[in-house]
Amino acid sequence: MITIATAAPAYTGLEIFWFLIIAVLWVGYFVLEGFDFGVGMLLPVIGKSDLDRRVMINTIGPVWDGNEVWLLVAGGATFAAFPNWYATLFSGFYLPLFLILAALIFRGVAFEYRSKREMPKWHLAWDHAIFWGSLVPSLLWGVAFANILRGTPIGPHQTYLGSFFNLLNVYSLLGGLTTLLLFALHGSIFLSLKTTDDIKERAEGTAKVLAPAATVALVAFLAWTYVNARNIHDVGIVPPFVPILAVVAVAAVAWLMREKMAGWAFIANAVAMVGLIATIFLNLYPRVMVSSISPAFNLTIGNTSSAPYTLKVMTIVALIFTPLVLVYQSWSYWVFRARVRRPAIGAVLPVAEPSGAADPSGTSVPAADPADPAAAPTGDGGSR
Amino acid sequence: MTLILSRWQFGITTVFHFIFVPLTIGLALLLAIMQTAAYRARDDEAKRATWEGMAVFWRRLFLINFAIGVVTGIVQEFQFGMNWSMYSRYVGSVFGAPLAVEALLAFFLESTFLGIWIFGRGKVSDRVHLASIWLVSIGTMLSAYFILAANAWMQHPVGYKIEGDRAIMTNFWAVMSNSTLISSFLHVFTAALVTAAMLVLGISAWHLKRSQKAGTTAHPVFSTSAKLALIVGSIAIVATMFFGDNQARLMETQQPMKMAAAEAQYNTQNGASFSLLTIGNLSGDPIFQIRIPHALSVLSDNSWDGPVQGINQVQAKETATYGKGSYIPVLWVTYWTFRIMVGCGIVMLVGLVWGLWLMYRRKVDTSKWFLRLAVPALLLPFLANATGWIFTEVGRQPWVVYGLLRTAKGVSPIGTGYVVTTLIGFTAIYSILALIDFGLMARYAKLPAEGVDEHGQPKPTDGSGADEDADRADDADDRVPALIY
Repeated sequence: MITIATAAPAYTGLEIFWFLIIAVLWVGYFVLEGFDFGVGMLLPVIGKSDLDRRVMINTIGPVWDGNEVWLLVAGGATFAAFPNWYATLFSGFYLPLFLILAALIFRGVAFEYRSKREMPKWHLAWDHAIFWGSLVPSLLWGVAFANILRGTPIGPHQTYLGSFFNLLNVYSLLGGLTTLLLFALHGSIFLSLKTTDDIKERAEGTAKVLAPAATVALVAFLAWTYVNARNIHDVGIVPPFVPILAVVAVAAVAWLMREKMAGWAFIANAVAMVGLIATIFLNLYPRVMVSSISPAFNLTIGNTSSAPYTLKVMTIVALIFTPLVLVYQSWSYWVFRARVRRPAIGAVLPVAEPSGAADPSGTSVPAADPADPAAAPTGDGGSR
Repeated sequence: MTLILSRWQFGITTVFHFIFVPLTIGLALLLAIMQTAAYRARDDEAKRATWEGMAVFWRRLFLINFAIGVVTGIVQEFQFGMNWSMYSRYVGSVFGAPLAVEALLAFFLESTFLGIWIFGRGKVSDRVHLASIWLVSIGTMLSAYFILAANAWMQHPVGYKIEGDRAIMTNFWAVMSNSTLISSFLHVFTAALVTAAMLVLGISAWHLKRSQKAGTTAHPVFSTSAKLALIVGSIAIVATMFFGDNQARLMETQQPMKMAAAEAQYNTQNGASFSLLTIGNLSGDPIFQIRIPHALSVLSDNSWDGPVQGINQVQAKETATYGKGSYIPVLWVTYWTFRIMVGCGIVMLVGLVWGLWLMYRRKVDTSKWFLRLAVPALLLPFLANATGWIFTEVGRQPWVVYGLLRTAKGVSPIGTGYVVTTLIGFTAIYSILALIDFGLMARYAKLPAEGVDEHGQPKPTDGSGADEDADRADDADDRVPALIY
């Protein structure tokens, strides 16, 4: 089924397995961090007030950090399993990675520091940090993957010979736009599942607008990828049902949202992302980075991989601990399955008004609706 | 240029990252202890309220600190590939494994259960909530262990062979049970506990001093916090010194140049003295020195007259082994950082013993000078942590992996302009973060304790009509830790 360039060296099963593992880690990262990037990007769109934005942030509060660990594991696994891939990719894509790091830094502290001062300006500054900190990586991960596949000037000794500007081209920017729109859409569907009332309605409305846009971008990107695969790489794209599945899934999102099946829409969008990553990795295989200079300089799972012993040890560790991680991470999603309600927040939180020293205790009592069980456990400051 | 700038960038980002990490490791364990005490005292309302109040108070500082430790940690994992790609190719098979395992075992554990711990109260049982902070604490320890496994391999490579132009792992267990790793983990972990204890002690002292001035009773939250910090800190500082001494002994056999450089000792000596300070230069004939006879031999060889190798002798030996070149690190850096680290440790030991004695006489809350000095003393562990790492990393130079790969050979083949950009970028970002973080830490450290009054009686957190403290407005926020983000 898989067309490998002629005279391909034989790869060990472990190398193929780790190529697959890294693809799976990126799928996990896109599907999970994708929605928290989306929520971050939509803060100014869906969050009309400071309180709205706090509700939105709280939908991802308990889970975004765990989602980001998928990236760290992907990075660590690449380092351990394919050191030369890690070395060429990270030194070659130096400035984009710096931008991603800067974005993730500000975004990460923003979630923690935003609530630390009750000043509208302080909140707004951190809202900006969350917005840009979510948008920049959403764009740049797409740019990076498109470039890995399209081919960058990699010379002999697996050295990146290009500059920052080699990474900016129409194809890679289209890739970036695709991930950005997919993540934004993912975030809007997530919000429609995790909020109530007008925030939920705005999230649904946004999803309906974003869904066609994301569909167009994904179709264009995958079509272009298909043409490249045929004409430039001479490898074909395999199996064709994978990109088709991605397109069908993302196209279904708009319809599912209209039918009020947000849960299924979320799954469909996740399937689209799985299809996108799978298309990229299947198209790459057995390469891990394409050289635009000569196919002889391509990085492959064979010429970048770690020692067989390291791969074996890592395989054992991964087989033991990954299921455990999946169990407790899924359990944490189960714990936080409830929707985040604004009344519950209002019950314990004084709305920050620029004027007047509002008595915090005054606003708290009447809003605490005894009929709403979700409201009670939210505040855990003193009495239990 | 790329080399020197990359080294500066790695140094700056790593030292900055390590301001926060030890505090995270230490405070996580202290919080787990506090919350356990509160849980166990659930039948004794006053006691429970005090421990609960402690957990609520220190957790705010913990979270402010945790966030910045996490985000600066991402940079660490990426930097090896970005700036040290030749190093990454060379060591990936050995060095990459503990990094990947750290992410899989430690980071997932920490981040997931931190989420449960912050947001989960009322959604999970008290028992699970308590377990989650213990799991966070275990996660931080695992993280330290695996990253130190990677670092220990750079100091003392084991369980590998050289194949072609790279190092290949041959024994994972050897890497994970490296003698250097065990020793440095215990040193770093106990130092992290000292860091947290000194911070808790310093901030508690500030509050106790304030109630002294106001003539009110010492608040039980701070009084108990100070005592807990004194007990944990005293045990930890003794352990830190013990394991540090153990490290020095390993260093004498594994990296003799580093030990000699710590002392700027040029020639091998039996019964070597320990230089307390040197005025003049470190070229071998100082103008003025204070030395403790035999102390260095005792420290590094555990014997009164044991030999301690000198720089000249090690240089000659390494030249014979590795070829021509200088194998001497920057001596003024190793000499002074080692002294500052050890000096801070000794001052903290004296201070903590003093505190223990006051505690035995039940005079901590009323002491004058102890409380006054404990506040600035909270900076000491941070200084010791930074100088300790600068010493151990600079002392390994010119090697990045001792005896195998020189630092100059590990750097990425990238343009100087790129490194200038990121060096300026990271320094700017980190400076901004430092200002915000220290500002918030100071602000939240000064907030009064909640949930319990000066007599250890539980009180509602709505403190209406309480003192008109300027920071009072923040309390509104703190009553809803579920909204901490």
